[in-house]
Amino acid sequence: MRIEARNLGWREIVRGVSVEIRKGETFGLVGPNGSGKSTLLRLLAGLMPRAAGEVWLDGAPLAQLSRRQIAQRLALVEQFADTGEALSVRDAVDLGRTPWLSPLSPFGPEDRQIVDRALAAVGMEGMAARAWATLSGGERQRVHIARALAQEPRVLILDEPTNHLDIHHQLALLGLVAALPVTVVMALHDLNQAMMCDRLGVMSDGRMVACGKPAEVLTPDNLARIFRVRAQPMIDPSDGSTLFRFLPMETST
Amino acid sequence: MTRRAALSALAVPVLSRAGLGAVLLALAVLAGVTIGEVALPLGLVGDLLAVKLLGIERALDPIEAGILWSYRLPRTLVAAACGAGLALSGVVLQALVRNALADPYLLGVSAGAGAGAVAVTLLGLGGGAIGLSAGAFGGAASAFLIVALLAKAAGGGPAQLVLAGIAGSQLFNALTSFFIAKSANAEQARGLMFWLLGNLSGVRWPDVSLALPVVGLGFLVCLAHVRPLDAFSFGSGAAASLGIAVRRVQLVLIAAVTLMTATLVSLVGSIGFVGLVIPHAMRFLVGPRHARLIPASALAGAVFLIAADIAARVLIPGQVVPIGVVTALVGAPGFALILIRNRRRS
Ligand SMILES: Nc1ncnc2c1ncn2[C@@H]1O[C@H](COP(=O)(O)OP(=O)(O)OP(=O)(O)O)[C@@H](O)[C@H]1O
Ligand SMILES: [Mg+2]
Repeated sequence: MRIEARNLGWREIVRGVSVEIRKGETFGLVGPNGSGKSTLLRLLAGLMPRAAGEVWLDGAPLAQLSRRQIAQRLALVEQFADTGEALSVRDAVDLGRTPWLSPLSPFGPEDRQIVDRALAAVGMEGMAARAWATLSGGERQRVHIARALAQEPRVLILDEPTNHLDIHHQLALLGLVAALPVTVVMALHDLNQAMMCDRLGVMSDGRMVACGKPAEVLTPDNLARIFRVRAQPMIDPSDGSTLFRFLPMETST
Repeated sequence: MTRRAALSALAVPVLSRAGLGAVLLALAVLAGVTIGEVALPLGLVGDLLAVKLLGIERALDPIEAGILWSYRLPRTLVAAACGAGLALSGVVLQALVRNALADPYLLGVSAGAGAGAVAVTLLGLGGGAIGLSAGAFGGAASAFLIVALLAKAAGGGPAQLVLAGIAGSQLFNALTSFFIAKSANAEQARGLMFWLLGNLSGVRWPDVSLALPVVGLGFLVCLAHVRPLDAFSFGSGAAASLGIAVRRVQLVLIAAVTLMTATLVSLVGSIGFVGLVIPHAMRFLVGPRHARLIPASALAGAVFLIAADIAARVLIPGQVVPIGVVTALVGAPGFALILIRNRRRS
């Protein structure tokens, strides 16, 4: 599913962001803390009240879709989402089926299979009966991802999905997301992981200051200006890919 | 398996549970109408039903039949409606505001309904049960609005909500006392105070025909929203991204809760703790999913309040204890348990 955003804005926090994300693309958002990544993701999901600008999903204006229609197309995993209810892992993932259910089509065996597959995709199938409160941070994160997968969206919006995950699960998640036949937009902090995206948007102070292929966008110059680090690009001889080593800026600000 | 086959496979346990619920409720009603200062024989119930519903001729003791039909049965049915309505209100409020301590009593909705009803009674604005209910509805809705706005202005946390609820309850209870002091004569004042504590003594058939439809409607509204209620578990933002029309759902459910609470308070006064303790006990028994929690809480609330009413009638021989006192005696320790359990979880 193709996403077009024109002149998106919310207060002073996101300003004039226009971007087009292609069908099936994995699009990364990077930027310093507080640069507006989470806010932009919520704008793309149509969740900010009194937002400026417009979003189209495959040419259909988001503003003209009902919440249910949006949820059938687009799933969002937010940075912090917790519950005090004594839900089990399976209960939490079941919630992903909500936009597809109605009194006439209640939760059935197909829905259960979709939930099972989503649990397996994040390696949580063995913990389906565990209580939410007993999960570790990384396990909770994986349940959220499974919930979003169970929504069977065509656009997956993830806010720092690798947060809390151990290195194995970080790589597994990025591999999973890259292999999904859906459009993915995700905020990332690890710039080496961001190199795996098809394209990147760089946020700084509420604006998208650069957008393009990772190698074109994450230049040492940009990294110094926006992220205030000295980046040393290094080539992995086994496959020729670029890695960064980060050093503090020589001159303090 | 096709969708239809799956549906019928699902229907069997649902129907058998509904059947079990109906049997439990019927037993509770049976206990409610036979136990009391004058114990009535079970056979009388069968005979009376045969006469009233089937039109069969039976010889009945007119006094016993009168107690049963005009006094005990309406009272027990209103107690059931009341317990179900308050428990449902608790479940819904707890889900919507994501706060384990939310219930119509603690959030000041009952106090608002009481003030509204007293204002209508004393200031003579409109009369009859409907006028009283309308006054209670206005009071309940304003109380909810004030408490919600105050909680939001105070930062919107769970503690702020409970504190705002206390402020709201105090304000509306003070208004009630003020209205009574200003306009009631001594006898009216005594009657109103007794009613406000929660009292089923005056209940007759017209009250049943108001309470049952309102609570029945509220129950259906809640049942129709079990999935949206589940979707609120991770907050209203998460509910919106799961496709819930958050504003509309909140509005419909809060209207249903306000209507139920207002109607019940206008009929029997404000009865505390049912909305708090029953939903928690049911979460413990059937889990947090609303498809089970809603019917279980309605049933348990109904049975609990019938039992509380029996206790209110037989606890002190020759005296009727206000039912609000009985529910508080059971509910306050239950409330304490919830507080302790919540602390452990966080
Ligand atoms: N509801 C709000 N009201 C006021 N300010 C807000 C609100 N939400 C976010 N902000 C502010 O907007 C800025 C951008 O927030 P946002 O969460 O989008 O940043 P981010 O890029 O996701 O940061 P991080 O990397 O820390 O997740 C921050 O300075 C934040 O304090
Ligand atoms: Mg963020």
